[in-house]
Amino acid sequence: MSLAIDVAGLNKSFGDKHVVQDLAIQVGEGRICGFLGPNGSGKTTTLRMLCGLLTPDSGHGSCLGFDILTQADQIKRRTGYMTQRFSLYEDLTIAENLEFTARVYGLDRRRERVDASLDHLGLASRRDQLAGTLSGGWKQRLALATATLHEPQLLLLDEPTAGVDPKARRTFWDEIHDLAAQGLTVLVSTHYMDEAERCHEIAYISDGRLIARGTAQEVVESAHLITFHGEGPGVDRLAHELAGKPGVESVAPFGAALHVSGTDRAALEAAIKPWRRAPYRWEEVPPTLEDVFIHLMGQAQDNAG
Amino acid sequence: MNGFSLDRVWAVLVKEFRQLIRDRLTFAIMLFIPILQLTLFGYAINFQPRNLPTAVLIQEDTRFARSIVTSLRNSTYFQFTAQVRTPAELDALVRRGEAQFALTIPADFSRRVARGDHAQILVEADASDPSATSAALGALAALPQQALAQDLKGALGPRGQVAAPFEVVIHNRFNPEAITAYNIVPGLLGVILTLTMVMMTALSVTRETERGTMETLLATPLEPIEVMTGKLAPYVLMGLVQAAVILVTARLLFHVPMQGGWPGLMLGTSLFIVGSLALGFLISTVATSQLQAMQLSLFYLLPSILLSGFAFPFRGMPGWAQALGEALPVTHFLRLTRGALLKGQTLGDQWRELSALVAFVCIVTALAMARYRRTLD
Repeated sequence: MSLAIDVAGLNKSFGDKHVVQDLAIQVGEGRICGFLGPNGSGKTTTLRMLCGLLTPDSGHGSCLGFDILTQADQIKRRTGYMTQRFSLYEDLTIAENLEFTARVYGLDRRRERVDASLDHLGLASRRDQLAGTLSGGWKQRLALATATLHEPQLLLLDEPTAGVDPKARRTFWDEIHDLAAQGLTVLVSTHYMDEAERCHEIAYISDGRLIARGTAQEVVESAHLITFHGEGPGVDRLAHELAGKPGVESVAPFGAALHVSGTDRAALEAAIKPWRRAPYRWEEVPPTLEDVFIHLMGQAQDNAG
Repeated sequence: MNGFSLDRVWAVLVKEFRQLIRDRLTFAIMLFIPILQLTLFGYAINFQPRNLPTAVLIQEDTRFARSIVTSLRNSTYFQFTAQVRTPAELDALVRRGEAQFALTIPADFSRRVARGDHAQILVEADASDPSATSAALGALAALPQQALAQDLKGALGPRGQVAAPFEVVIHNRFNPEAITAYNIVPGLLGVILTLTMVMMTALSVTRETERGTMETLLATPLEPIEVMTGKLAPYVLMGLVQAAVILVTARLLFHVPMQGGWPGLMLGTSLFIVGSLALGFLISTVATSQLQAMQLSLFYLLPSILLSGFAFPFRGMPGWAQALGEALPVTHFLRLTRGALLKGQTLGDQWRELSALVAFVCIVTALAMARYRRTLD
């Protein structure tokens, strides 16, 4: 399998903030890679470096076989980039936005492509509506259609579904899978665990460093995390008492239940022992991706602290 | 209703003040504009310009002629910058605007003074800006009584006392009735174009940045010069329409004379429009918000009105202010418009102002391209 993204040693600082540190990432062609990490961990900066919007301070590598430092123009032509914020012209109509993009990329059969895109979106009847009047979910779908109009080989999506309702998110992801099935490589940043699980593979970064990589399953396993699921009246209120006890690396309320995780089984069991009695019920569960992420975030904070 | 709470007012006040201080550029402009206005109004503006460039044509080199020149120089209103040999040369200097006044002392002047035979000297004033010349022309009133007073003592003495020994004939050229509108309206063309053109494009890039569309634009294969050309072109058309409307209005409502100079005027107007738009584009690469872009545009507009010779006579300003004024494109455009409409300047007379405008377009475009960032770095 050839790599659509293959970069290593990427560094980027803004002032004295080292936002991305020695980042290496590889994504195979046709794969959907979920890009995860807390806010400010460097996800957007990395995406921008990959599509030539930011120049890395150091590092090397290629996107679609083109050097990210010297051939940004070639990469731009073959890459679709969707920004975090809706960034189409709200005062242009849906069709006009698509036409503009088609012209900028110098596409042939412009009318045909725009019409096809509108049909695919199901917006053919609303083509003369101003883009600004679309709902959040529709805006994101239109932005995706615009980003893919020039038939890119690589799609970089920066939190594309932030603030979009679950149904619209599902539609959006179905489209991403359709595109990947056609051979498009997708790197998508997200905060949603269900979306992370829909990716072929995930990359987790924290404080500008890549700290976990692989399929969701692999990331969960590689964390070697032990998680206890506690239930019972008021169990969620135990969070404060459990947090900070030796062996407890993360405590997270899940609705009325509590997830207590750690990597040292003996210490973890000792920590919850005082509450392993009625009315509480405890059982060991396979950690969820979210448990792992909270654990990873906690670790990163410890390192930073 | 919650009544009126000073605490809540205080909350808004504190927030507002913090935001104001945090927007460094706005804060700087708010502090700087009053200082700029004060220095400009206080030092640069002068309603009684002195040392105005004057060309002389002396057809007889006599003591009387020299006395008149000395006397004019001593008035401090006139500074003799050129001595010419023919009326045509004199005329060209005034038409090109290089001389504000042209003094002609005719060949038989001394003889007529001696005979008491209607001796005359001719002062032609470039009245296209009446406010620049009025004080100097006022000073001419006393000239006949005083200029030759020393020379006429003795043998010719009585001549000096009876009546003025000679007469000063004043020709107000280009705007003989000294109608202010003739000067202001062509100038307004420059000022209005400056205001609208600079602001239009100043907002255009910052708007993209503010709305987040800039990031998408940068991710496309668009080149900076392509973005700039595409953004400027519609406004060039708007600017030309605006210029046409102003000129037609100037003719119909204010009866501003239109002597000619059309090729130069059209070329100059186009250059000025493109340059002003490019300047707006440059501003928009500096400003981080539309508000800042507006403020920077106004910041540029202020000297364009005050130092360009639009509102106050250019030659009345001290050297440093004139140097600043020369650096403003609107100064050159004003000279070009007034020169064309009021004086009927030809391309030959206009080349200086036209080259200044070409330089303006080139410099601003180069700066804008250098400032335009192709990345978000």
